Amino acid sequence: MTTISFTLNGDEISHEVKDHWTLLHLLREEMGFIGTKEGCGNGECGACTVVVDGLAINSCLYLAIEADGKHLETIEGLAGSDGTLHPIQQSFVDEGGIQCGFCSPGMIMSSKALLDGNPTANHEEIKHALAGNICRCTGYVQILESVEAARDQLSGQLSDPISNQGGECHE
Amino acid sequence: MKAFKYLSPESVEAAILFYGEHSETAKYMAGGTDVIVKVKEGWMEPDYLISLKKIQEMGDLHKNEATGELSIGALITHAILEKSLMIQREYPIIYDAVSNIGSLQVRNVGTIGGNLINAVPSADGAIPLIALDGVALLHGPEGERSCKVIDLFIAPYQTILKPGEILKKVTIPPQAPHTGSGYTKFGRRAAMELPLIGVGVLLTLDEEGKTCTKARICLGVAAPTPMRARGAEDFLVGKQITEEVLIQAGNMAADESRVRDSIRGKAWHRKEMIRVHVKRMGLKCLALIHDKS
Repeated sequence: MTTISFTLNGDEISHEVKDHWTLLHLLREEMGFIGTKEGCGNGECGACTVVVDGLAINSCLYLAIEADGKHLETIEGLAGSDGTLHPIQQSFVDEGGIQCGFCSPGMIMSSKALLDGNPTANHEEIKHALAGNICRCTGYVQILESVEAARDQLSGQLSDPISNQGGECHE
Repeated sequence: MKAFKYLSPESVEAAILFYGEHSETAKYMAGGTDVIVKVKEGWMEPDYLISLKKIQEMGDLHKNEATGELSIGALITHAILEKSLMIQREYPIIYDAVSNIGSLQVRNVGTIGGNLINAVPSADGAIPLIALDGVALLHGPEGERSCKVIDLFIAPYQTILKPGEILKKVTIPPQAPHTGSGYTKFGRRAAMELPLIGVGVLLTLDEEGKTCTKARICLGVAAPTPMRARGAEDFLVGKQITEEVLIQAGNMAADESRVRDSIRGKAWHRKEMIRVHVKRMGLKCLALIHDKS
């Protein structure tokens, strides 16, 4: 066993890992963070997507030991402590981006990584970023609409003239 | 997954020493997006996985502005290449190829070096580097050597690398002015798919932008290893490039290819697509050269 340190959704974590554990195994089987799903286990479906240092990755193909020193984000980190959904999660609910829900954590984490890096991503850029997330209910239209709605809401928050003004008043 | 010991040396020399200690029971790993699948499926059963990720000199991407040489460390991920403005602007053929490898999740972790060493006949990453006359720098127990990227490949899944040898980087010689390049990955769907055929074309025109002085037509999945359609290349040199000339070059490239029937598609269909895409990529080269001048 090797002890590794990383942050998980902002919390500092120190955990023992075996060399051959995948990050997905560490999260689900050892730490109980079962929001991240295992689909194909071979990097084809994207159900296991988590965000490492700002990049969406397949946790089924990523060794846990390589998470040492990294910043990890999983679906568990999105909602507020009072249960308030993150805007991306809320828009998946509002726009019908969820059917069986199995692909949703991966879809949402891919969307999170995309919008964090590119808050004004257009339709094509969203499709390009989500191409590695497969939905077996095939609800892709609603999923793309969900991400677009979340983008509009999040970028609206950034550029809202009233809240910007408020910010300046406080300065 | 089979248990193994994970080693993460910080230099090429240390990695080679580890390999020497464990020889056949050890495997090198870069991003791991192929190696981990192989270990999970039991196709590869290492007792030791030697990760190359901490070797800093293999993680360097830069263009020497004085010499014009581009250096791509083997650990550079597809996503780093895809996002690089320098690559987008100056090496569109690399951008075309790497931006459609696997998924973003794979591109964020998978490396150009791993893509080459995996040596699948469809290796999207290899075609542009061959078209750009890339040179691979290898380092093994017996020291360093280099070879053209196209000469890395012997057979499907087989390279010239000797036991313990590591691909450190690929260098791209300076590109002549009036050069355009492009790559098409043709498959049934856009993402998470191996191509039915991969076509990379690079053209250099003379000062007046008329006569072709250099041509590269590189094909993936057209033979057991990536190949150049040298007859078609020779045909283009010295000619004024028109759509008609490109159609002829496409026909020649299709005839030179050694396509076969497989689960993904039929040989005749692949040949037709080589014809179409050699022409289209040739036209794209012309448009890029025209835009720049």
